[in-house]
Amino acid sequence: MKETRSDILQGTLDLMVLKTLEAMGPLHGYGLARRIEQIGDEALAVSQGTIYLCLIRLVQRKWISAVWGASENNRKAKFYSITKAGQKQLAVETENWERISGVIGKVLQLVPQR
Amino acid sequence: MWSNLQRWVARVRAFFSASALDGELDEELKSHAAMLTDENIRKGMSPDEARRDALVRMGARETSKEEHRALRGLPFVDTLTQDLRYTLRTLRRDAAFAAFAILIVGIGIGASCTIFSVVNTLLLRPLPFREPASVVWVANQPSGGSHDLSGQTVQVDYMLDVRRQGHSFSELAAYFAFYGVGDANLIGQGAPERFTNVPVTQNFFSMLGVQPILGREFTPEEATDNGSHATMLSYGLWQTRFSRDRGIIGRAININGALSTVVGVLPESFDFGNLFAPGTHVDFFTPFPLTDRTNRWGNTLSIVARLNPGVTLAAAQAETEVIGSAMHHDHPERNGFTPELSYLSQHVSGRIQPALILLACAVGVVMLIVCANLSNLLLARGASRQKEIAIRSALGATKPRLVRQMLTESLVLSSAGAVLGLLLAFAGTRALSHLSGVAIPMLGSVHIDGPSLIFTVVAAILTGVFFGLVPALHVPGPKLHESLKDAHRGSSAGVGHALIRSVLVVSEIALACMLVAGAGLLIHSFLRVLDVNMGFHPERAVTLRIDPNSSYKTQEQRNAYFTEALRRATHISGVSGAGLTDTLPLGRNRTWWAGVQGRTYTQSELPLAFVRIVSDGYFKAMGIPLIEGRDFTQTDIPASQHVIVVNQTLARRNWPGQDPIGQKIQTNGGSVVIGVVGDVRHLALEEESGSEMYLPIRQTNDYPTVDIVVRSSLPTVEIGERLRDTLRPIAPELSMSSLQPLQSLVDKSVSPRRFVVLLLGGFAAFALILASLGIYAVVSYSVSQRTQEIGIRMALGASAGTVRASVLGQTMRLAAIGIAIGVGASFLLAGALRSLLFGVNSEDPATFAAMLGVLTIVAAIAGYLPARRASRIDPMVALRMQ
Repeated sequence: MKETRSDILQGTLDLMVLKTLEAMGPLHGYGLARRIEQIGDEALAVSQGTIYLCLIRLVQRKWISAVWGASENNRKAKFYSITKAGQKQLAVETENWERISGVIGKVLQLVPQR
Repeated sequence: MWSNLQRWVARVRAFFSASALDGELDEELKSHAAMLTDENIRKGMSPDEARRDALVRMGARETSKEEHRALRGLPFVDTLTQDLRYTLRTLRRDAAFAAFAILIVGIGIGASCTIFSVVNTLLLRPLPFREPASVVWVANQPSGGSHDLSGQTVQVDYMLDVRRQGHSFSELAAYFAFYGVGDANLIGQGAPERFTNVPVTQNFFSMLGVQPILGREFTPEEATDNGSHATMLSYGLWQTRFSRDRGIIGRAININGALSTVVGVLPESFDFGNLFAPGTHVDFFTPFPLTDRTNRWGNTLSIVARLNPGVTLAAAQAETEVIGSAMHHDHPERNGFTPELSYLSQHVSGRIQPALILLACAVGVVMLIVCANLSNLLLARGASRQKEIAIRSALGATKPRLVRQMLTESLVLSSAGAVLGLLLAFAGTRALSHLSGVAIPMLGSVHIDGPSLIFTVVAAILTGVFFGLVPALHVPGPKLHESLKDAHRGSSAGVGHALIRSVLVVSEIALACMLVAGAGLLIHSFLRVLDVNMGFHPERAVTLRIDPNSSYKTQEQRNAYFTEALRRATHISGVSGAGLTDTLPLGRNRTWWAGVQGRTYTQSELPLAFVRIVSDGYFKAMGIPLIEGRDFTQTDIPASQHVIVVNQTLARRNWPGQDPIGQKIQTNGGSVVIGVVGDVRHLALEEESGSEMYLPIRQTNDYPTVDIVVRSSLPTVEIGERLRDTLRPIAPELSMSSLQPLQSLVDKSVSPRRFVVLLLGGFAAFALILASLGIYAVVSYSVSQRTQEIGIRMALGASAGTVRASVLGQTMRLAAIGIAIGVGASFLLAGALRSLLFGVNSEDPATFAAMLGVLTIVAAIAGYLPARRASRIDPMVALRMQ
């Protein structure tokens, strides 16, 4: 299945979605995508298709929950919010990410030894 | 882990509400697009441009929906239902093919499942006892290789010795092996009817772990010489004769004129006849005392024993041997005891085992042929479906996806076949378990159970994969272009394809060849068995039990009864002879010493002979030829000189080169030989007669039962009625349930062999039909592929005859290769059949020649039809086909 092909990217997208929802509260899919793009100074383009795949996966794991509501412009939209389990998972993933990025940072600082 | 599980739950739920979820997603994506458009407008784009940009940025909507579905639900099941739907559509379009495939898979699986159920019951499933694996059969080793019961049974005192001194067994029990089928005349409830009673030792049922469903088993007091009369009923008798009356316990029933109290009813699962005397019913049991009195009866017991935990069969065998020879040394007056131990399961099903293994292999071969046949048909279909498949792959179906589709098709076919097969197997096992008079143990309890169902499911899957795999792997791969071209040209799927199909047909022929050879050898053996000179003529004779009832108290009265019965029977019009015997052929057997008077023998040299107590007229009624001397007469009475008739074998063994008439034998207090008769096969048709002697019924009391044999041209039922009417004055309680044509004794004796021959013959016939269909399919396919080529040949001057010959030649080449392989394999494997053959060598040239002939003819017929079609091709039409 497609999931495995871009595991790392997916993992990071999961993390970003969870963190954004924790920080910003309930958001619909479009708002979520926009927010992540803005935070990344538009350098990180989130494909609209990918975001929904990520969302359904997180819903299925019960890390986020979804309810129908109305958007600012009074459009019908699904609002996603983080659950208790999601917050727990976010803590775990954050710690993981920091550890790995720390290691990678150190590895990148290696200088050639002559 | 937990969240993974939750995800699967969500996926399954999503699978079942797919359309609702699709709607939600659609709506979500729509509002996403709308929001994006709104923002674009805010940024200053025109509405049209804004919408276009939004849609571009969102990417391919259908693809993302598809991905969404794959992630959300169960894509595997989705594909499966899709495949199934597609399969059903294709099969409906080709209903004839589907029906044929389902039919042959059904027959194949039906046969396999039936045979599996039999094998499972007889060989795999444990016997219905407590810890059946530790129950052993203790027999006496037959002296001189004879198979009579007297040689195999054990004297009472030996059993007591082993029980006292042996450490190998936790318990020994036994039954009286010389019980007579139909010995017990049950008087009182309705018409008198003959039943079978087996005397068993007091602990017989507790040793096996069989609990009575009502009442109790025998008490030690009941198992003494003068103990109170007690009876345990079999479930069948309790059901049929006493309509499951729970109040039967404690009531007295009249057996042979003596009252006996019913103390227990045995469970339905315990069927004595099924285990120890296949083909017969045992109705009740009485206790058999182990006393000096019963010890004097000689070898009478069949012993079953339970091994102590941890004791091996070999150790028990060794210990019993030691005890046996020590005891025989201490008590030279006893008969010998050379124990031979085997597991009871082995004893019960050992004799039928080779035949069952053969049938199991045969049914496996049948299944292989079915698979090869279907593979072949699917390949042919695949060839004609190449275009369709090419289009599907052009539309994006990957090769694995196509293979899966093809396999789904074959699995659907095999599953449908399995359903049909299961129905057939239900019918088949029912028919087998209700076969009466077939002397195969445990056959009565054959039925479809859990293991049979599992077997069917596994068989269906294996079959589907097996016959579907080759055609499935043969779907055109990436070389789409070629296959489109190839299919279009109609010149076929190329050499590889044709080769596979030829290989399949050749293997079908070879496998069919093996089955036909095996069946041929067994049929030949069966004919040889039926052809055996039995020494008597079973046709046009009936037998009926006419034991003198208890009102004939003295030997004189009984002799008068016999004389009167014979007089009345011979006076029936249409009766050409009548005689009495205590032992009908092919039934129970006993041997006595038959030493020449005045000669001394060591114990091991003492000649033994089968003994029968008969009346005057018996030899004539049976059709046993009197070679020399005279028959018995009514004047051979206790007071006169004791006389005896011997068979040719005993005469030759006892008095080689001398005239046996007037010689004396030690039997019956010394008897003079007055006649010599022909040998009779008394044990089985397949076994030599051995020594036999006949004692006059009027000079002995040693007959447990009396049968009258009546030779007459009347039908069985009619002669039965006349016998009953004429004998009524002297035998008012005569039961007609034992009336049977003499031929039925022979039929029963050959029944296991007939059973195997019929099944194997059926398999072979089915295999032949399938193989011929296979040949036909391949050759006619190749003819249709070569239409153009044949047309050109004919246009260039080839005659119809040449074309026919060339097509037939192709057929015969295939057949010849198949037959050559098949004959070779049969030759190698036929040796394994040796134990089942009789009077036929496993390399029997006649059988192999017949098989060769049959297969050649079948192949020729299968090849002739397409050959004829080929020869009628119109060259003009064929050439225009381009």
